[in-house]
Amino acid sequence: MLDLFYDDTHRALRDSAAAWVDRHIAPHAAAWEEAGWFPEDLHRAAGDAGLLGVTCPEALGGAGGDVFHGLIVAEALIGGGSVGVAMGLGSHAIALPPILALGSAEQQARFVPPVLSGDKVAALAITEPAAGSDVAGIRTRAVRDGDSYVINGAKTFITSGLRADLVTVAVRTGGDPDDPKRRHEGISLVVVEKGTPGFHTGRALAKMGWWASDTAELFFEDCRVPADNLLGGEGMGFVGIMANFVGERLLLAASAVATARLALDDTLAFVGQRRAFGRPLHGFQVTRHRLAEMAGREAAARAFVSTVAERARRGEDVAADVAMAKNIAAEACAYVCDAAVQLHGGMGYMRECRVERLFRDQRLYAIGGGTTEIMNEVIWRRGLEPIV
Amino acid sequence: MKIGVLLKQVPASDARIKIADPSTGIDTADIKWEINPYDEYALEAALQLKDAKQASSVVVLTVGGADADQRIRDALARGADAAVRLDDPAFEGSDCLGIARILAAAAKAEGVELLLAGKQAIDGDNAQVPGMVAELLGWGNISVVDKLEFADGTVKAWRASGGGARDVVEASLPLVITCDKGLNEPRYASLKGIMMAKRKKIAVKGAADLGLDPSTVGAAAALVVEDNWSLPPERPAGRILEGDDATRVKELVRLLRDEAKVI
Repeated sequence: MLDLFYDDTHRALRDSAAAWVDRHIAPHAAAWEEAGWFPEDLHRAAGDAGLLGVTCPEALGGAGGDVFHGLIVAEALIGGGSVGVAMGLGSHAIALPPILALGSAEQQARFVPPVLSGDKVAALAITEPAAGSDVAGIRTRAVRDGDSYVINGAKTFITSGLRADLVTVAVRTGGDPDDPKRRHEGISLVVVEKGTPGFHTGRALAKMGWWASDTAELFFEDCRVPADNLLGGEGMGFVGIMANFVGERLLLAASAVATARLALDDTLAFVGQRRAFGRPLHGFQVTRHRLAEMAGREAAARAFVSTVAERARRGEDVAADVAMAKNIAAEACAYVCDAAVQLHGGMGYMRECRVERLFRDQRLYAIGGGTTEIMNEVIWRRGLEPIV
Repeated sequence: MKIGVLLKQVPASDARIKIADPSTGIDTADIKWEINPYDEYALEAALQLKDAKQASSVVVLTVGGADADQRIRDALARGADAAVRLDDPAFEGSDCLGIARILAAAAKAEGVELLLAGKQAIDGDNAQVPGMVAELLGWGNISVVDKLEFADGTVKAWRASGGGARDVVEASLPLVITCDKGLNEPRYASLKGIMMAKRKKIAVKGAADLGLDPSTVGAAAALVVEDNWSLPPERPAGRILEGDDATRVKELVRLLRDEAKVI
């Protein structure tokens, strides 16, 4: 992000996180992307380096950092060259906030520290085969039975779903997805741990990008979890889900900006080396102007995302702004990655070329964490409707 | 046991070096500085001994101006307990021996029993200072160590002695040990460490604080004077040998023998 808002701790974290990523991720990024996986011990290594959950409370194993510390780590992870690894390592950043927002002290102490140390992997499961952004449409049910909940249903597109040791799952403890009056009732969050009878993971879903991160289907068949794993009480799910909105959208926006930066840097290096018609590519005005446009869009997105992050840090209501930030960053990233492939020519279409991968990886920024269209609805409802 | 780590800031290994003035040295205007990479192994070794409760504390000793504070803070954020920056107008222009005198005096003042340092700094590449410090203190010195064991005040150190052979050296404290790549994998500062380092102070000490005679250090006392800086000649372009394998191998051997004179 813009270091305009940084203090010395931000700058120091930026440098040390980048150095860690240069050693532990960058040399392997291409191979892990091709393999569609990254080693199990990377979570532990990241935990040892203190890179997981820097914004979480110190008492739970975090570092008590502010929103910029979190974004700095996200940006550094993207700098390793694998968006999939960054997102796989980052799945706790959406799995834990509902636990921190709704969980009891006992639940937080049980679930959070092993995730921040990298001993356990956490994932968030909301989306279902027939319900994504429309959370009130979920059909996975949890029925109270004595000291347990019995869960039946399925989730899909779950980042880190295969590896996850604990999953924060959105379930329905009441209401009815088919009744317009009652579909918003009874949405709850419950933590399901790996190995719980009746909890199964499906295949690793094959994706356009983010190959190194595993994305899975989850199935619950009479899956019995202790009632103690319910977060905050029945019907509290939306509160927990909303705890993610600002943080998740800022993380995705910052990741999009960082991805655009990578594509721009790769392209700047390429146009200096590659020659055509007797001169390097940047000897052509058409190339230089395209690069200027790419740089301008990346810089504008970076500036806006940073400004919204700073306002979030000050505790302002940034619901509409953060939705704008995600859209602006996703769009800038899409433009920059497309132009990067174009300026690389045939090489940009080759799997050995990083911008080919970034072009595929960036596509999800306009979809994940709420689509561009959902963001626009938020901008209307939270930012515009109140003033018309 | 208190450990001292000799830490120097150097231009980043990928920095583009320019000569400012042939009589004074490099242009430092656009240089990004980093901890000398070999010193990172020394720091990590010290922190591991502390983690294993074989050392009570780790103090960083650096000769330099305030511009070195950022590197010192990094070391504190990684886990060093304290730092002393040795800064005095009298130190200006010191050669390796002058620097060694300053560091030896600081080590004595700090009461350390073990000094760890990089095997050399990647800027000057002199590899002289730690050995001189050991000599000035009357301590033993084990250099270029890539494996280290420590028990009950006795050190066992492994070092490459050339041609694939390895030395194993046993010694007792006090000691100066210089560290090579492979000794360990240096940690990076975590946010928690960075926050904690904010509360640690960097002490700044001069000749008077160390009881050091200013006339033994600085430019006036320097035995080595650097007065004609130039960049190394550009590497000549590589050559690609033509022809079939037999011809090329023959030509390669001839070039290695007659031109490069390496066989």
